[in-house]
Amino acid sequence: MRFQDVISINDFEKDDIEYVLKTAELLERELKEKGTLQYAKGKVLATLFFEPSTRTRLSFESAMHRLGGSVIGFAEASATSVKKGESLMDTIRTVENYADVIVIRHPREGAARLAAEVAKIPVINAGDGANQHPTQTLLDLYTIKKEFGKIDGLKIALLGDLKYGRTVHSLAKALSYYNVKLYFVAPPGLEMPRHIVEEISDKVDIVETSSLESVIPEIDVLYATRIQKERFPDPAEYNKIKGSYRVDIKILEGAKETLKIMHPLPRVDEISYEVDKTRYSAYFRQVWSGVPVRMALLGIVLGVIE
Amino acid sequence: MKELKVSAIHKGTVIDHIPSGKGLKVLEILNLPEDSTILIAVNVRSEKLGKKDIIKVEGKILSKDEVNKIALIAPTATVNIIDKWEVVEKKNVEVPDEIIGIIKCANPNCITHYEKVKPKFKVISKKPLKLKCHYCERTMEEEIIAKNLL
Repeated sequence: MRFQDVISINDFEKDDIEYVLKTAELLERELKEKGTLQYAKGKVLATLFFEPSTRTRLSFESAMHRLGGSVIGFAEASATSVKKGESLMDTIRTVENYADVIVIRHPREGAARLAAEVAKIPVINAGDGANQHPTQTLLDLYTIKKEFGKIDGLKIALLGDLKYGRTVHSLAKALSYYNVKLYFVAPPGLEMPRHIVEEISDKVDIVETSSLESVIPEIDVLYATRIQKERFPDPAEYNKIKGSYRVDIKILEGAKETLKIMHPLPRVDEISYEVDKTRYSAYFRQVWSGVPVRMALLGIVLGVIE
Repeated sequence: MKELKVSAIHKGTVIDHIPSGKGLKVLEILNLPEDSTILIAVNVRSEKLGKKDIIKVEGKILSKDEVNKIALIAPTATVNIIDKWEVVEKKNVEVPDEIIGIIKCANPNCITHYEKVKPKFKVISKKPLKLKCHYCERTMEEEIIAKNLL
């Protein structure tokens, strides 16, 4: 077993990432051949979702069931002892008696790291505030690898709210392990934070722009993100920027035929529905990628997959 | 003008070579008992720094944690342990690689503000001082660090 918890993409070396992607690929193939697998038979996953995230929770539950294991948990803090004032640390100390692995989603940043320090069983971070969502990053990489058969050599644009979007922060960092060219396309005021640009700029070529039109002909992957209203400290700032970019058929006229559009979902209005039916859309296949990647992570931390 | 003699107390600690103007802040973060005997000298001539502040605390030997705290706002400081009017030990303050329990995280949404856990930081740069919260991964720079000392 290479790692015991999955807390931050910053804890992953390139070898770890490749190991997860390879394991996911093998599991996906085996799943297609055999249907449900039995690697986690008798194991219990506890999903502790202190804030709602239906997609991520269902994806983890699906992954655990497909590994042959079972799932317990809650989908919002209001239904738990947290409402009675229980600390996160006590919740973890309690739940670890019922389960073999914990997946935690929490509104506070650093909650997953703290949970992992307290728990005797493995902990996987399914999102801690605006900080990390490492399994999303791994499934994004897996999707790119599946769509192109490789990651090296690609030109990848990250579009949208690059300031507050934790998904794009982690993805940019993970992509810097590969031989790629990155385009950060953001409306003024929502640019990629300087510390991230500085951290990775000596490893990858970076182009920063606010013009999607200018980069569309060059890129292989367009990773679009929603402007997340809930992350804006000032609603006026959100209202000024919302709807400032949109991927539609017209803008895609100049794109490479092989361009793939990805999105962590949910979308609001940043990708037009007419794009769904085109060869470019990869975002619903991206949703599926979450299952084999999370199966791989669960299997690895449980020690049932070598 | 002759420099002040460091050891002009009988027993205790002298914090020398504090950057000029930081002496009162150092005193504040040491949070010494109200009845402590303290001598403070501000804007003293110094060959090393041009001007410096000095704090002399009668009857108290500073712990390692307290010394580390000083390093965060006065990295040039030297700590002299005094016994019978003489310097018996001299230590340079140094920012450690990890800082536990003496600074709070500047991120108001960090879990350390809501759970009974000691804030922990990795020092990612000593000059200029830059810390990264072990829990929320947010980085803090010098000016913010000084405002968040516990």
